[in-house]
Amino acid sequence: MSPLKTIATSGRVLKQLKHDPRTLALLFVIPPVLMTILKYVFSGEPRTFDSLAPMLLGIFPMVMMFLITSIATLRERRSGTLDRLMTMPVSKLDFILGYALAFSLVAVLQATITSFVMLRLLDVSVLGGTIATVIGAVLSALLGTALGLFTSAFATSEFQAVQFMPAIIFPQLLVCGLFVARTQMARPLQWLADVLPLTYSVDAMKQVTTHSNWTYLHTRDLIVVVGFTLVALMLGSITIRRQEKA
Amino acid sequence: MAIAIVIKNLSVTLGGQVKALKNVSIEIPVGKTTGVIGPSGAGKTTLIRAIVGRLQIPAGAIVIFDQLAGSPELRSTVTYMTQELSVYPDLTVKENLIYFARMSGQSVPDSKATVARVLETVDMSDKTNSLINDLSGGQKQRVSLAIALIGSPKLMVLDEPTVGLDPVLRDKLWKLFAKLASQGTTLVISSHSMDEAQRCDDLVLIRDGKVIAHSSPKELLERTQTKSVEQSFLKLVGGTK
Repeated sequence: MSPLKTIATSGRVLKQLKHDPRTLALLFVIPPVLMTILKYVFSGEPRTFDSLAPMLLGIFPMVMMFLITSIATLRERRSGTLDRLMTMPVSKLDFILGYALAFSLVAVLQATITSFVMLRLLDVSVLGGTIATVIGAVLSALLGTALGLFTSAFATSEFQAVQFMPAIIFPQLLVCGLFVARTQMARPLQWLADVLPLTYSVDAMKQVTTHSNWTYLHTRDLIVVVGFTLVALMLGSITIRRQEKA
Repeated sequence: MAIAIVIKNLSVTLGGQVKALKNVSIEIPVGKTTGVIGPSGAGKTTLIRAIVGRLQIPAGAIVIFDQLAGSPELRSTVTYMTQELSVYPDLTVKENLIYFARMSGQSVPDSKATVARVLETVDMSDKTNSLINDLSGGQKQRVSLAIALIGSPKLMVLDEPTVGLDPVLRDKLWKLFAKLASQGTTLVISSHSMDEAQRCDDLVLIRDGKVIAHSSPKELLERTQTKSVEQSFLKLVGGTK
């Protein structure tokens, strides 16, 4: 593995994004806009919005990064560039970590913009502070990146890659505790929620919202999110084969 | 004659059903342009992918410069131009080349010098800052070839490198291939164009996964008593029926 090749890969991914201003606009504008719309959806129930908004900050980055990464990696697999790279003195980790690094930088910017809009313009109160909020959002984005890298191996077209969103992300959205407290869900769904990563991402944001100090549960939730991310990256690395089966 | 690639009893069945290569055994000489020539579906790309180590070899063996195909030691000495363009369409020509140069292990200053050199070679210096998406098909093809020229490869494996190029540029590239070979680089070039076959030093004619002839173009024409590789191919195919 070579850090220089990892940096070269992340630089290349960022340059690709730079040449695509529409995607950049979607990445940085959509989450704050959705957050703003939600505020007015709940204009009669400001407390509901105050509790939902931080949780959504744990969800938006993951969903968007999942989509972008899965399609970008799929293109790489299908266009022959990965084929060429795998015949070069490049380790699979250089490639995977290059993507993760590039998208984590994008995630920092996205999370910072969305947090700023949420905390300053929409007046959402978060006891844990801005930094803890941004950390949660960035880790959530990294999780989305890692899941996108992994699932891209199972898609043969961009159409299929998009279909993975309802298959992989929507179930997590339904049971993560965003709509109904998990304790009120049927027991099997609680068990399901316990093994899905978005649950912990959303729980971490709940901790940030309701605690001014850094709690044990907050640490545990973030460790679980990081753990899922590392496992997904590892699995993603396995799906990139130096030699394909005949 | 020094040998770059030894292929012994190579058989590949794709997807457990299609026999893409059947017991192929050939030796490819050092410092020559070896053309792998055959119609579409003959098994050329499968053979090329096996040589560059992208395909697991279920039966037989490929040894390149005394290393098994796919060995990490070969990754710095073998370059590969895939049949697809294998470039990033949303980057400029220069950004593509610098990235692949960096991934081949070059430093930033070295990669910049490499970009100028390889673009000059494929006659694309005036398109350095153009987006790949804005180039014609032939120009994209030349960028893809330029990437394969990065570094100082001992073996270049090029899958249909002249498809879609105009005759003038094709002529120029074949002269480049001959020049590289004269400098000691071994080139394996697949093509379905029989016209181009005569420009190779060494020919491997392939059909339905089988090697039907392996010799120099001159020997092939003498042996088949024909005037072109296409006629030789047709005669050989008729003979194998």
